[in-house]
Amino acid sequence: MLRDITLGQYYQADSVIHRLDPRVKLGTTIIFIISLFVFHGVGGYVAAAVFLAMVIKLSKVPFHFMIKGMKSIVFLLSITVIFNLFLTPGQPIFRLWKLTVTQEGVRLAVLLSIRLGFLIIGSSVMTLTTTPNQLTDGLEKMLKPLNRLGVPVHEIAMMMSIALRFIPILMEETDKIMKAQLARCADFESGNLIRKAKSLVPLLVPLFISAFRRANDLAMAMEARCYRGGDHRTKMKPLHYERRDYIAYLIVLCYLVAGVVLGKLLPILLGSVVA
Amino acid sequence: MPIILDNVSHIYGEDTAMAVRALDKISLVIPDGQFIGLIGHTGSGKSTLVQHLNGLMKATSGAVYFNGEDIDSEGFDKKKLRSKVGLVFQYPEHQLFETDVFSDVCFGPKNLGLSKKEIELRAYAALKLVGMEDDYFYQSPFELSGGQKRRVAIAGVLAMKPEVLILDEPTAGLDPKGRDEILDQIAKLKRETGITVILVSHSMDDVAKYVDRIIVMNKGRVMYDDEPREVFRQYQELEAIGLAAPQVTYIMKELRDHGFDVSDDVTTIEEAKQEIIAYFKER
Repeated sequence: MLRDITLGQYYQADSVIHRLDPRVKLGTTIIFIISLFVFHGVGGYVAAAVFLAMVIKLSKVPFHFMIKGMKSIVFLLSITVIFNLFLTPGQPIFRLWKLTVTQEGVRLAVLLSIRLGFLIIGSSVMTLTTTPNQLTDGLEKMLKPLNRLGVPVHEIAMMMSIALRFIPILMEETDKIMKAQLARCADFESGNLIRKAKSLVPLLVPLFISAFRRANDLAMAMEARCYRGGDHRTKMKPLHYERRDYIAYLIVLCYLVAGVVLGKLLPILLGSVVA
Repeated sequence: MPIILDNVSHIYGEDTAMAVRALDKISLVIPDGQFIGLIGHTGSGKSTLVQHLNGLMKATSGAVYFNGEDIDSEGFDKKKLRSKVGLVFQYPEHQLFETDVFSDVCFGPKNLGLSKKEIELRAYAALKLVGMEDDYFYQSPFELSGGQKRRVAIAGVLAMKPEVLILDEPTAGLDPKGRDEILDQIAKLKRETGITVILVSHSMDDVAKYVDRIIVMNKGRVMYDDEPREVFRQYQELEAIGLAAPQVTYIMKELRDHGFDVSDDVTTIEEAKQEIIAYFKER
């Protein structure tokens, strides 16, 4: 029932991307997202598309897995596109009743859907190829310097990894409770909005109770193993960069340069072709 | 009303790299009024199987017939099926949500669209059937003990007046006393109402005493489907798949090996007692 959500799920495979240091993947994702909003013109997006396609190919994750994640944001995406299409002031193309579609609107809508689409696919590549544990390990190490400023980096990372770990557990739990209530002839689908909301009570109450119970058990188990937070805590598998990680950074740098150069160059090239 | 499974297979995560065949061409007939034990090791597919019986899961291939009707056919009333085939899940107490015991048990019949009077009558009868005292009716279900919570959850399914009652590991996590109480209660319920009961378990000791038919599952297939004593005769094969015959069967075998002329074709403590007494009387 709820298994279709791939956002934030790990896909096991043996690939270069999977083996990369999580810091590289985190950093690259952030750089990639920023680049999507900084790049102007077609050239930048061509570079981004090529880069993304290359990473996906290398990651050995089936492409339809990433598209699955996209489905969940189709609604959000279409709203943004519609608003941009109709509400951007500028050169009108045609009128539809009281709404005007403008040239700038079309440009913005296309741009935005490309940006959002790439953003979602780009970040799902990261989550699909990195286990939540690696991810938080990477984050913790990256943010370590903030410790000096009194930011409890380890605790934040721990909270994040617990939260991520709980997503599939709670999803499974929801599935179980839903089935148990369906076996008692519960109806989650029919009726108006208020009835539907009411029908969720038999689902949500047990879910909350079980979430609290699990949190309690986990806290107890951590306590029993003398968990004391981040001070003087060592890692079983400390992160360190290897050759492939430096190569990856180099490739990202190349991508940035290519994006900027193409973004500047392509319009000129196109211009000269047209001329 | 009989349930018939015809070549039912179920594959989890079909078309992915992680596809698992949980049920492999299962064919079974479950006639009215039987007391069936469904046994198998963890992951043998028994929980998956029972979820097919009330239409919570859809067979990847094959068909399930309830009272002669294909439950996946167009226009089949799944809600009615679920009220006729009551399924109590593992740890059913985790599904309780109401503010008091009585209203929680009312949830099932209320979903059937019955009159208020009928709902309350059924809830009362169901709570009595599982042996809950009146004093508990208006307590919060979360204040009860584990065994009591479980009774309330079972009553929640019984209140729909099912004709087939399926219990998935009803004794998991209970102490020996709670376990015996629940099982005795189920056996009593079976005697009094005559409904079909399917008891899912991984413990032979739990079911041997009560059931008149045992279905053993292994790796998504039915391995044995027979009377208890016939099934336990294969104790060596059972051990090979991580199960065991009841402890008393082993004791009788040991006795036999040590020169006592007793039958080892025994599955319950009561039978063993009779057998041993008879042996000493003959001497």
